[in-house]
Amino acid sequence: MQPLEYLKETPSQTAGPYVHIGLTPNTLGNPGIYPEDLGLSPIRDGAKGQLITITGHVQDGAGMIMRDALIESWQADAQGIYPGNDPRGAADPNVTGWARIIADFDSGEWTLSTVKPGRVPFPDGRMMAPHISLWVVARGINLGLQTRIYFEDEDNESCPVLQRIEHRPRVQTLIAKQTAPGQYRFDIVLQGDNETVFFDM
Amino acid sequence: MNPSHIERGPLFFRDRDWHPAAYTPGYKTSMTRAPFRPLVAMGSTLSEETGPAFGHSMIGALDNNLIMNFTGQPAIGERIIMHGRVLDETGRGVPNVLVEIWQANAGGRYRHKKDSYAAPLDPNFGGCGRTLSGPDGAYEFLTVRPGAYPWPNRVNDWRPMHIHISVFGSGFGQRLITQLYFEGDPLIAKCPIVKTIGNDKAIQALVAPLDMNRAIPMDCLAYKFDIVLRGRRQSFFENRKEGM
Ligand SMILES: [Fe+3]
Repeated sequence: MQPLEYLKETPSQTAGPYVHIGLTPNTLGNPGIYPEDLGLSPIRDGAKGQLITITGHVQDGAGMIMRDALIESWQADAQGIYPGNDPRGAADPNVTGWARIIADFDSGEWTLSTVKPGRVPFPDGRMMAPHISLWVVARGINLGLQTRIYFEDEDNESCPVLQRIEHRPRVQTLIAKQTAPGQYRFDIVLQGDNETVFFDM
Repeated sequence: MNPSHIERGPLFFRDRDWHPAAYTPGYKTSMTRAPFRPLVAMGSTLSEETGPAFGHSMIGALDNNLIMNFTGQPAIGERIIMHGRVLDETGRGVPNVLVEIWQANAGGRYRHKKDSYAAPLDPNFGGCGRTLSGPDGAYEFLTVRPGAYPWPNRVNDWRPMHIHISVFGSGFGQRLITQLYFEGDPLIAKCPIVKTIGNDKAIQALVAPLDMNRAIPMDCLAYKFDIVLRGRRQSFFENRKEGM
């Protein structure tokens, strides 16, 4: 038999307790190496679309609010085009799409200010509801967790990704609740009751 | 960038048996931070297949030199080059990948207010660096070999010498954080975090060999560490609409 000559993906290891030294040194209090931390905002002035702010926390299975979580977000622009390598064309030049979000070192609260993304097609052409992809790492997380923020005030019923969640009440764990116009709340629960849906995609 | 080099297409499925499981009691913190419910599994979508782009203009001249990038005065320790290539599972070198690293100093101490280990801070060592992979996926850092350090888990657990590594592929679904270990370190086999990985071949994929061909005489040793990201499927038979 011929050998199948694929390499294996590098195995993951936890980001550990000191991830901020590497990824957000200025915010941590170790300035002097980079002029500024990467991913401070997913948009620049002039980004088209509705400005929104999402606030939340990350909670572990013991009910503790995690103050060491680091989240990265990735999203399309208001038209549903991703910056960079989207095969459908160029995105809004004022949307970079990516942010590095850290839980507050004291309260554990995090905030993402951005524009609401547009709908993006699923591989079969159906449209996914507007969403922001998240990747969550921290001490104790052996492989970064993939999840998504959807929005309470959008039509989420027909989203082909949400439809794949068999236990329907769990869909609610992915839907940010509107607390005021343009303001949303999205808490992530790693384990236990109301455990957030995580994806293998 | 030449559009023909833009990375597109569905991602290879992740081999979850190769990666560490989420719930690994030997590493106590994982016990409350592991999801208990099954992951919702499906193929990648544009949201995972696209990703942020980083340009060489954002990388400073000393960003990949951890010996000099904090104060401009040299850090203390065994000088090493850490180098390798960023590849994907098809074996192709992947260019323009942002590689960020962080580590303890030569004594095993992190520049972090929560690290109270007895080893002293090195005033000239900040502990992080970054670079972008070149056209063939190659990258390199100059740093000091980090010391082993004790950590609160079981009574007497010590981390082997290691460098934390964060990499972006061209798709957000390729996002990965891992750790490099050093050939010959007896603490590797004892480490509960290493042992979250159940497969010994997978553990060996995180151990960097000493590379005397890249060492610089009278200056520094070298360790080689290739990083492999999820591949992308290429097929005319994908069930996709035109232009996607
Ligand atoms: Fe460490």
